[in-house]
Amino acid sequence: MNSPIVHNPLTQPSTASNGDTRPVIELEHVTVRYRVPKEQVRTFKEYAIRRVQGKVGHQEFLALNDVSLTVNRGEVFGLVGANGAGKTTLLRLVARVMRPSAGRVRVVGRVAPLLAMGAGFHNELTGRENVYLNGALLGFTRAEMDEKFKRIVDFAELWDFIDAPLRTYSSGMVARLGFAVATDTMPEILIVDEVLSVGDSAFQQKSLARINSFRDNGASILLVSHTMDMIRQMCQRVAWLDQGQLRMMGGPDEVVDAYLAHSL
Amino acid sequence: MKSLFTQSEEETLIYDSARQLPPALEELKEVLRYRNLVYQLVRRDVVSRYKRSVLGVAWTMLNPLGMMIVLTLVFSQLFNSIEGYAAYVLSGLVAWNFFSQTTSAAIASLVWGGDFFRRIYTPRSVFAISSIGTGLVNLVLSLVPLLAVMLVVGVAIRPAIILSLLPMLLLACFSLGIGLLISSLAIYFPDVVEMYQIILTAWFYLTPIVYPFDVLPEQVQVLMNYNPMYWLVRLFRITIYEGRVPTAPELFPAMILSLIVLGLGWWVFARKSDEFAYRT
Repeated sequence: MNSPIVHNPLTQPSTASNGDTRPVIELEHVTVRYRVPKEQVRTFKEYAIRRVQGKVGHQEFLALNDVSLTVNRGEVFGLVGANGAGKTTLLRLVARVMRPSAGRVRVVGRVAPLLAMGAGFHNELTGRENVYLNGALLGFTRAEMDEKFKRIVDFAELWDFIDAPLRTYSSGMVARLGFAVATDTMPEILIVDEVLSVGDSAFQQKSLARINSFRDNGASILLVSHTMDMIRQMCQRVAWLDQGQLRMMGGPDEVVDAYLAHSL
Repeated sequence: MKSLFTQSEEETLIYDSARQLPPALEELKEVLRYRNLVYQLVRRDVVSRYKRSVLGVAWTMLNPLGMMIVLTLVFSQLFNSIEGYAAYVLSGLVAWNFFSQTTSAAIASLVWGGDFFRRIYTPRSVFAISSIGTGLVNLVLSLVPLLAVMLVVGVAIRPAIILSLLPMLLLACFSLGIGLLISSLAIYFPDVVEMYQIILTAWFYLTPIVYPFDVLPEQVQVLMNYNPMYWLVRLFRITIYEGRVPTAPELFPAMILSLIVLGLGWWVFARKSDEFAYRT
């Protein structure tokens, strides 16, 4: 199951990684358990009353149930599944936003979460200040940001506006700036969650080109999409999640066909 | 194009959910790694606050000054045993406002930062720490009107004022500890945040800020020993308003209480902070 199935030249495993296909993401028997109160107890007062009455009950909801999978270096790995199947939970585990209730998650390398693009942007601050703030949120030091700053603004093509407050930006400009900060340094792992629609179509081309060049340089990509054509085109392997369980894993056409057949 | 992507091979980050330091240490390690974020968040808060209004910095000072004027008008006759009542009240208010504002801000940043925490990993306590940092900037700024009032009402400014850095630091530790404790509770019960506002009001009147310690009945004076804010406000006043070096019995209770609360808050919060992502 570990050998990627090659479907078209676009998805050719990258040669830049010199055949180094060590796993970068490993999930071993991962379970994520949410405790959902049987009745919504939202206040301390209510809780105290129910506690005395012995009425505090919880239901368990498994967002992920004993999922094991491995993503190798340089691989484009797709996730498909209905809403609520656990895709987002899985991404959160890899992005370290959540910890599994059971099992083990191991991630080697820096994760650039495109789901956090532009996180923490502040309208009153200038573009420049926001770049530094956003960089800090991604864990970069000030010196690193000084070094990256010129490249980021070059890529976002925002030199004319960089000292204007962010509230004067269009939403496309904000998205460009966010993408530029998140992807300036090549991450080992890129999480792409349906966000390839950044800015105008020219910038979309540019951002797609950057993502492709990351892949060619050996980055792994974890791709979640409801666009099956995109999954077929870009991925080497695909996992299908169904109600928190790993239903199927394999080549994109095989999994996507089975998934589509099931959903119809 | 390729030269754009600088990749440092020597320090590959490895995250392993199974191999973790004890949570409190892990959190500390991560906060040190993200120290630039603390700086950036404090900068953001300070800059965006003062950019917005014409009065800018003055706003920080107007609130305690206004309250001081009102309290002085009302109480200076009643508490005429206190020399320079306006300076006495203002020094207490400045310390108290720091505590109530930073704890509320820390709690708000952690409790309402929910969506943010589900999108990106950062050590969560960074947000509480930066709220305290912003408060410290405001606290230092509010020393300016305090010193001005002391000059006006004739309370001498003495060299011991430099020592006020110590009570400020202890106030910061205590506030961080309380902020983390309340936030940990608020993960489970959001109404704790509102309850805290009520507690703050009661706590304000139970601490000798507006009135002198001596007016309290004897039984209550004994209880004050268990009120950390009593010790902290008092220590702050000793260095600024009284302008003298605190003695050991004045210093140690404030020190021990604030460090214990900080340690406890840190320990509890570090164990519970993962839960933020689970709550929607």
